[in-house]
Amino acid sequence: MLGRYVIRRSVAALITLFGVSVLIFFLARVMPGDAAGIALGESATLEQIAAYRERHGFNEPLHVQYWVYVTDVIDGDLGESLYSGSKVLDDLAFTFPATLELVLFSTILMISIGIPLGVLAGRFRDGYIDNFTRVFSLLGVVTPSFVWAVFFLLAFAFYLKVLPVMGRLSEGAVAPPFVTGLYLIDSLVDGDWATFRDALSHIIMPGVALAMASIGQTTRMTRANVGESFDKTYIEFARAYGFKEFRTAAVYALRPALIPILTILGLDIAIKFGSAFLVETVFGWPGMARYGVQVILFKDLNAIVGTVTVIGFFFIVINLIVDIVVAFVDPRIRLGALAQ
Amino acid sequence: MTEGTLIEVEDLHVRFDLFEGVSHVLNGVGITIRNGERIGLVGESGCGKSLLARCILGLLEQKNIRIDGAIRYHGRDLFAMRGSEWRDLRGRRITMIFQDPTAALNPVFTVADQMVEVIQRGGNRKRKREECLDIARGALRRVFIDDPDRVLRSYPFQLSGGMAQRVIITMALANDPELVLADEPGTSLDVTVQEQTLRLMATLTQEAGAAVLLIAHNLGVVREFCERLYVMYGGVIVEEGSVEEIFNEPLHPYTQALFGAVPRLWGGDLPKAIAGMVPDYTQAPEGCRFHPRCPHAKPECQSTPPWVKLGEGRGVRCVLFEGAERSTVHA
Repeated sequence: MLGRYVIRRSVAALITLFGVSVLIFFLARVMPGDAAGIALGESATLEQIAAYRERHGFNEPLHVQYWVYVTDVIDGDLGESLYSGSKVLDDLAFTFPATLELVLFSTILMISIGIPLGVLAGRFRDGYIDNFTRVFSLLGVVTPSFVWAVFFLLAFAFYLKVLPVMGRLSEGAVAPPFVTGLYLIDSLVDGDWATFRDALSHIIMPGVALAMASIGQTTRMTRANVGESFDKTYIEFARAYGFKEFRTAAVYALRPALIPILTILGLDIAIKFGSAFLVETVFGWPGMARYGVQVILFKDLNAIVGTVTVIGFFFIVINLIVDIVVAFVDPRIRLGALAQ
Repeated sequence: MTEGTLIEVEDLHVRFDLFEGVSHVLNGVGITIRNGERIGLVGESGCGKSLLARCILGLLEQKNIRIDGAIRYHGRDLFAMRGSEWRDLRGRRITMIFQDPTAALNPVFTVADQMVEVIQRGGNRKRKREECLDIARGALRRVFIDDPDRVLRSYPFQLSGGMAQRVIITMALANDPELVLADEPGTSLDVTVQEQTLRLMATLTQEAGAAVLLIAHNLGVVREFCERLYVMYGGVIVEEGSVEEIFNEPLHPYTQALFGAVPRLWGGDLPKAIAGMVPDYTQAPEGCRFHPRCPHAKPECQSTPPWVKLGEGRGVRCVLFEGAERSTVHA
């Protein structure tokens, strides 16, 4: 039933991914500045630069370069960084889990705080909770994440000294054995509570800083849509038949309102993979978003293309997941899709 | 309270505090519903009929609303009840049939989910889902749905309007209520389907022995289905009587005008529309709220007209009948 819908969406996702790869590849190559020149530094001779270009195939026509890139990607090879010489894939394997952990952590915050607050605000419109969340959300949305980051650093690390300043783990601490690359999960799998606590204390500030804007946005979105639900006849029906208040709000009002919320939520999560670089920079978080900005500044062609491909891939995957969840939540979409 | 009185509404006032001023919608409404009685409540759109039904259910809880007066259920004041107690009556002792059945069902849950939610509340103990589904199947067969399982599996948008209305009727009667508030049931459906479902509702409520408050502006339906009638204008009950009494001899000028506005197939003139508009409740007319539109208006109409009781269950609120208690009067 749902299977065909999933397959159709997945095919569409693959086509999008192809489009993204073409776009990134050519954009990276038309960016101003000579990659070989930047990589070799100012002292490089013209011969060295020419040799470098030849070695990395930059003299080939663009479509040939693209073909080489695509076949390499399928082989699981993203090339080597022009700047550091290390494999791009290795760099990403190290930095990606850090960003993923940060993004997931802030996503959990945004869902577990934003949605309940929004439902409460929507149920008691213009009440105390609604007014409080209005101010709280606005504050969250208008304040850039790096401002929160600096504020938290000053408050909790500098003055109160309750949270660590930088990194994913304390200095000298050993990362838990690799399972998912997410330290919180890996340390739990390992049963290593000390490392878990250490990782948790490190992720709180960057996680909350990254989540502030989206908690606010989720709250307002939920409030608006649930509030609209409460004006519908089916909610009056639920109350006329004495359904429990909590169930009416959390199930009968929330579920029809969930579709627009989920769609925005999906975009918000996906965008975090890129926008996390501000927070990562402030907290010295060894993440992929920060890595991506560094390689752009160095015009490190292979690394740029590799990073953006991974971000694009997750953008598409997250939207695919959201589409499927939406279809699961809303029979009108699920059955409408089947009818086609 | 007399024996067998189910609901007694006494001097009910509902006011909304609006930006434009206080909107005084229900202005001293009083009605009585006895066990198993079929009551009609008629009047133009916007006269406060639906508001009265929602008051009885306790669904009005906007912040800007003020409710005064009393609603008694078996002699117990509903406004003095705890919220949970009143909630307990809803869907069990008092239920409601909505105007638009498709809008009343939640679009993202199956009919089964929603029926189970209602049926679970009935009975003395919590029923299991399977048990509820069995009850639902039986109830759906009684409204002539041959394939209840298909309907139960469906989502509301997969049902026709008539089908959805039957589902609602089933839910309204599932827990053996004492009172069904039917708020213009099926007005959103086409006429033949509306007719069918109304008949169905009539038969089933009669079988179940439930009292019905039928809010309608279709007088034909009311005449066929109801025993007693309340005529409402501008948030005030203007006339009360049995269906025969009111249809044979409408007393209040508004009732007469209302009946004059009904189109007929044979004889008579074209229907006459009532001149003027339903009053603006923030600046309702002083005294009788109908007097600006009334052909018999007199200076006395500027002050509140008395309720003239003309017999058991018969009365009218109009100065024309002052001093005419318990005698027959022609307008």
